[in-house]
Amino acid sequence: MAFVNPNITAIAVEATEFPDLARRYQVSGVPKTVVNEAVEILGALPQDAFVEQALAPLAKQT
Amino acid sequence: MALLSPADQQKLRDAFAEMTSPVRLVFFTQTLGCETCPQTRQILDELPALSDKITIEEANLVLDGDKARQFGIDRVPAVALVAPNGDGQVRDSRIRFLGTPAGYEFVSLVQAVLLVGGRPPSLTEENRRKVEAVDRPVTMQVFTTPT
Repeated sequence: MAFVNPNITAIAVEATEFPDLARRYQVSGVPKTVVNEAVEILGALPQDAFVEQALAPLAKQT
Repeated sequence: MALLSPADQQKLRDAFAEMTSPVRLVFFTQTLGCETCPQTRQILDELPALSDKITIEEANLVLDGDKARQFGIDRVPAVALVAPNGDGQVRDSRIRFLGTPAGYEFVSLVQAVLLVGGRPPSLTEENRRKVEAVDRPVTMQVFTTPT
């Protein structure tokens, strides 16, 4: 997603090496995706569902 | 000592052979207080040997602070994938890895290298349109653990 749109940044975070980040985002299971500090997606989703959930808050603002 | 078995090295060599453009891994490290930085460097060092399209650039979080800020990196080890475009400029893929890319994260790193190296994104046409329509900054952090 980051690769096709320069507005998007994708960061893979190794949770055990950065416990402060894991705590801040309350990571209790992986994979956990946090989008703009607002949306949380738990687990690996099929592509359609992931894109929809990840971009949902952006659609609401427009 | 090589971290990858000869069979895995060959698999990666074959996968990287399909790359159509060069990829640079900008590796952010620091001299003190980063236990996993040497291991990360060791893992990254496996890759250029498997493809002449892959290069590694090491940057120091403190000494190369401007570069760290440019890539939004504030902790190490971190890797930013960029695409050098031949005239000395680079295109930032905005794909980052924080922490040691070992285990399944190594697979993710390889996938990201292939993507930046020219492999078509796996997004469906419809999803690609949705993603392309995003008109403001979005940061996605994907948390994983070593497997």
